[in-house]
Amino acid sequence: MAEGLDTAEGVAQDRPGARRRFGGALWRRPWLKALTLLSPPVLAFLLVYVAALAALFVSSFWTVDPFTSKLIHHWTLDNFRALRDGSVFRTVGLRTIEIAAAVTITDAVIAFPFAYFMARVASGRVRAILFVLVLLPLWASYLARVYAWRLILNSDGLLNWSLHKLGLPSAGIAYTNTAMWIVFSYIWLPFMILPVYAALERIPHSYIEASRDLGARGGRTLRSVILPLALPGIVAGSIFTFSLTLGDYVTPVLIGGASSQFIGNVVADAALRGGDLPGAAAFAVVPLAVMGVYLLIARRLGAFEAL
Amino acid sequence: MTKRMWALVAMLAVGLAFPAAGVTKQQGGTLNMIAWEGYTQPAWVKPFTANTGCTVHAKYAGSSDEMVTLMRSGGGSQYDLVSASGDASLRLIYGKDVQAIDPTKIPDFKNFGKAFQSPPNNTVGGKHYGLSLQWGPNTLLYNTKKVSPAPTSWSSIYDAKYKGKVTIPDNPIQIADAALYLMKHQPSLGIKDPYELNKTQFAAAIALLTKQKPLIKKYWALAGDEVDLFKNGDAVIGASWPFQTNTLIGDKAPVKDLIPSEGATGWLDTWMVSAHTKNLDCAMKWLSWISTPKVQAEQAIFFGETPVNSKACAIMDKLSKGSCAQYHANAPLKYFKQIHFWKTPIADCGNGKKDCMDYTQWQRAWTQLKG
Repeated sequence: MAEGLDTAEGVAQDRPGARRRFGGALWRRPWLKALTLLSPPVLAFLLVYVAALAALFVSSFWTVDPFTSKLIHHWTLDNFRALRDGSVFRTVGLRTIEIAAAVTITDAVIAFPFAYFMARVASGRVRAILFVLVLLPLWASYLARVYAWRLILNSDGLLNWSLHKLGLPSAGIAYTNTAMWIVFSYIWLPFMILPVYAALERIPHSYIEASRDLGARGGRTLRSVILPLALPGIVAGSIFTFSLTLGDYVTPVLIGGASSQFIGNVVADAALRGGDLPGAAAFAVVPLAVMGVYLLIARRLGAFEAL
Repeated sequence: MTKRMWALVAMLAVGLAFPAAGVTKQQGGTLNMIAWEGYTQPAWVKPFTANTGCTVHAKYAGSSDEMVTLMRSGGGSQYDLVSASGDASLRLIYGKDVQAIDPTKIPDFKNFGKAFQSPPNNTVGGKHYGLSLQWGPNTLLYNTKKVSPAPTSWSSIYDAKYKGKVTIPDNPIQIADAALYLMKHQPSLGIKDPYELNKTQFAAAIALLTKQKPLIKKYWALAGDEVDLFKNGDAVIGASWPFQTNTLIGDKAPVKDLIPSEGATGWLDTWMVSAHTKNLDCAMKWLSWISTPKVQAEQAIFFGETPVNSKACAIMDKLSKGSCAQYHANAPLKYFKQIHFWKTPIADCGNGKKDCMDYTQWQRAWTQLKG
């Protein structure tokens, strides 16, 4: 059939033979099949993703002429030395990591009971509704949600209005790091709930029954059976919440106050305002390194099996 | 249906085959511009394209620093024109990113206010690197219900009385505002020009800003941010532009602005032509068009700034009654004397010594301050 078609189209006779031989080779050598299948996406990955990171890393060793903004292709560690010696980079870097960590812990604490209810208590229908509710915010634009929070938190906003109605004093948290912590925790919560849910759902019910049979009460079962088995899911979720907060720069601009600069903001300032791409690249290496370490620890804790 | 589609394809093919023909007939071209948001409104861009055949593509920039970076990107040949403010223009001139033009070729140049024909931020060594466009003061804005008595001095934004309710622009050039304040309140520092600061004077200005930082609610990046801050009661006093005042008054917010007793800094924007433009003809036509009284008046009212063409005043009043006086378009020379227009700080401060802090150091200090 195939031969007939090819002949009709006037294609050379040896083509089907070659095709069949190639097919046979693929069948005999599974690694060749894998290579053929994988090489296009791997190439794209290398070109688009890894090459960009490599360019970033390389340019962090160059400098820029402050007067003309021209790159000087001369290898130097000056940018990293400036990072080490400049107290502002330490302050901003630590602030970013601290808030990312706080957001991650908050999300884990909120997500665990929620995911537990979804996975083990709720009926099928309630579970479906909860799923939709968790994912619903992701349908709206990130910016719109951040702006909505600005309206809630500002001095004459919904929060203070409600507090006044209850006869409480107003909370002055608009444009502070506390505001950023709240907004980040809200925005990244779905990314924590889903992996924790997946981990909890996978725990066989028989384990919990066995624990009970051996005399463990609810608290003990939670501590010794459920939490250890859910941990990879929590760590997997924390990769999202931590890295997404670490790399953000829009929320600090919109929600943050006078001392709310993130690494991303300093990088954007250096690149867009100062025209200092090498300096920006050098500082951008910091969150990459932090995430590298974080992922190594996460792998130790088995997070990748839970993804 | 298919017939119609074929007709469409044919038309497209013809259009694609002879694009050059249409252009040469109109003697136009394309101008790529970097502009402040609102500087290329259809109201005056459309008639320009209709008259000259030159089409306009504008990219809005968020800050002067971004404008400089964009002008230099891709070897500097991506953009033909830039509406640079005074804190960017000298950088572009000394960086050889823009070219000198002959102002006598601009019909309206003779109608420009004397202060705007050859201002130091766009004229170097008698050469005109671009054409002044519009200007405005950086004013002190306050909430009339929350701030009393009404402020008369910049000292209000350094006063602990308004702790956590102050906002100033997120811009390194803001250091000049602190320097201007010190010029009047600490004469022993010997500051003559808020943009030419030696190490001691600069350190004093930074110290003042560092002391002010705990009072700041937010360093605003976009004009809209400051409008929000005032509208929601998060800020009651701050440094501003007339644009925000107009927007807030338009929204019935209880605000007022003024130029305090120390004077104020101000901006003067200049349309500058890229040194690498391939369309000088269109660029010069744009400069001629944008400086005509009517366009000057339209832009002034749209943005809330002041035209440099003195003939625009009458048209402004026709478009919006009393706007000429409101924006000081007819103000006497004395008025400009109290405004220190933005210019890029450079090391050479004109006293023979090169001991002034240059803009890179201003930027670095600003990053440090905000961190």
